Amino acid sequence: MTETPDTTEATETVDDQTPETLGVADERRRRHEIWVSGTEERMPFAAATNEGAQEMLPRDEDPALAIQRGIAVDDDFLEQPRIVDEERQIINMGPQHPSTHGVLRLQIELEGETVRRVKPIIGYLHTGMEKTAETLTYTQGSTNVTRMDYLSPFFNELAFSLTVEQLLGIDLPERADAIRILMTELNRVASHLLFTATMGMDIGALSMMIYGWREREVVLDFFEKVTGLRMNHNYIRPGGVAADLPDGWQDDVVSLMGVVSAGVDEYEELLNENPIFLDRTLGVGVLTPEECKQFGITGPIARASGIEWDLRKAMPYSGIDKYEFDVPTGQHGDVFDRYIVRVAELRESLKIIEQVLDTMPTGDYRTTDPKVTPPPRKRIDESMEALIHHFKLFTSGIEVPPGTAYQSVEGPRGEIGCHLVSKGGTRPWRMHWRAPSFAAVQALPAMMSDSLIADLIAALASTDPVLGDVDR
Amino acid sequence: MADDRTQIDEVQDHAEEAEAASPVRDLPEVPIVASLIESFPDAPFTTAKYASSETVYHKISVPVADWVAFAAEAKDAGFDTFIDLTAIDHFSEAPRFEVALNLLSTGDAERIIISTRVPYDDPSVPTLTDVFAGANFYEREAYDLLGVEFSGHPDLTRILMPDDWQGHPLRKDYDVGAVPVEFKAGSLDV
Repeated sequence: MTETPDTTEATETVDDQTPETLGVADERRRRHEIWVSGTEERMPFAAATNEGAQEMLPRDEDPALAIQRGIAVDDDFLEQPRIVDEERQIINMGPQHPSTHGVLRLQIELEGETVRRVKPIIGYLHTGMEKTAETLTYTQGSTNVTRMDYLSPFFNELAFSLTVEQLLGIDLPERADAIRILMTELNRVASHLLFTATMGMDIGALSMMIYGWREREVVLDFFEKVTGLRMNHNYIRPGGVAADLPDGWQDDVVSLMGVVSAGVDEYEELLNENPIFLDRTLGVGVLTPEECKQFGITGPIARASGIEWDLRKAMPYSGIDKYEFDVPTGQHGDVFDRYIVRVAELRESLKIIEQVLDTMPTGDYRTTDPKVTPPPRKRIDESMEALIHHFKLFTSGIEVPPGTAYQSVEGPRGEIGCHLVSKGGTRPWRMHWRAPSFAAVQALPAMMSDSLIADLIAALASTDPVLGDVDR
Repeated sequence: MADDRTQIDEVQDHAEEAEAASPVRDLPEVPIVASLIESFPDAPFTTAKYASSETVYHKISVPVADWVAFAAEAKDAGFDTFIDLTAIDHFSEAPRFEVALNLLSTGDAERIIISTRVPYDDPSVPTLTDVFAGANFYEREAYDLLGVEFSGHPDLTRILMPDDWQGHPLRKDYDVGAVPVEFKAGSLDV
């Protein structure tokens, strides 16, 4: 970063030269001038940053940011006395900062070490996946959605498949539902393991990074065995799942659960009472329940703030209500509660997985509706109809009746919802994704304003944003 | 497309069916939804069921004039959690754009999807940022991708596309596009 301090001397020189002609834009540009190395000469910065519409405006001109900071919602932070204006500066954190979990850019107004205002700027990973979805058939759709929140691909596939099934009005065999629950809960485990890893690293517990990934790897190995891929599985599809579980999957899950729960014990030993970790997390990045509701924060962040809300309990899907599990909630809504809620959730997921293991029903792993599920390979040689169905499914896709549908699942980061509009035919007319990370990024200013830079990193880590989900 | 029926038609059909069945409108069994519907008696209302679940959610469409009032009323009735706001381009239909707001009542475990329609020549919907602060980013997204204007929004700028982008990509008359790839005669004599 070649930022130069805005010394009064330099300001005066420029003002003397052209006091009247300096427009607002020039005035801004002037601040970006840099010095020629080793001289007193100033060098105009040819490609001065132009923030365009995303520029952080002065406080009294930026009502949107005031709302986001939480002033209009709930004033839960103390306004500290201002430091002198000269010490105030606006810097960019990101888009390439390693602590921003992807290409998130934060414009931060700093007064010394204190963060006054934060403006999240997103869109760097926007690839138009909602537009792409309109060109893909429902059969191809799950390959697209699985790439959005790439740390919880099964949840994306599940939300998409359930929404399509809602429009189709089909019910699934019990085994299909149970496999879906097994895979999504394992995915929650993998995602929360990654959260503990990255959050540990962001806060300075560097060895956590290695431990978290180590245990996650075991889960991903199981995913690879079942679906063929470590991520972006395209395993849960409208009508069921792509394939039955492989032989001996029970042994794999049992050994995986042993490894993971031993690992989680180790993390808790490492972090829970670690004074440095506590100093960095307790009372940091607080979100009140009111703010959570206003900004659409769901999932572990909302539960850490004390909102007892879990879609698995309140609006159960795929028969998750058959399994016994608790919904852990926090009280303080700070970074530590978010961490502890996720760790508790991870154990609850293991509980669900254990029950699925014991009660896995036999039967078909996908619906037998020939308009949705392709026929088995053997049938194609025997039956003309099977051949036609196979051909139709893979050339044009599943015919979905017109209508709108919304269905959501409890992802590791909150509510993952799919808003689907069909006008008939084999492609969605419009698919909108309700992304939990998008809501979390919007609430960042409310968490971070009037805190220290170090707290900002902790708060960001605790929201566990996935930028693929934010930008889609 | 064989079936040109719109979502609004369907919703209205359902409303007509309900009216034909009984002179008094069928109010949903859920008290908070019923009280909400009672204050807006003309709004077409349906209930849909989740797949693989007994969960239901409610859909209601309101005229754009009632948009903010309805959202505020819903918030007071208990739908206090803002979940989602999006826009849909119905292209060939008369009011072309639909804006859908998704609210959740965490107390009663109910979900309501409120929608309104605005025409192409004036795609303007009053902003909800005063009711739900979280509508800010979602309205920016709907503006960016579909060009629905949210009047009164404090910072209606593009959010996902670059600032200098032309057009609104999720509109149906916006082409998917392709990157031209130039194939050159290759040579291996390096």
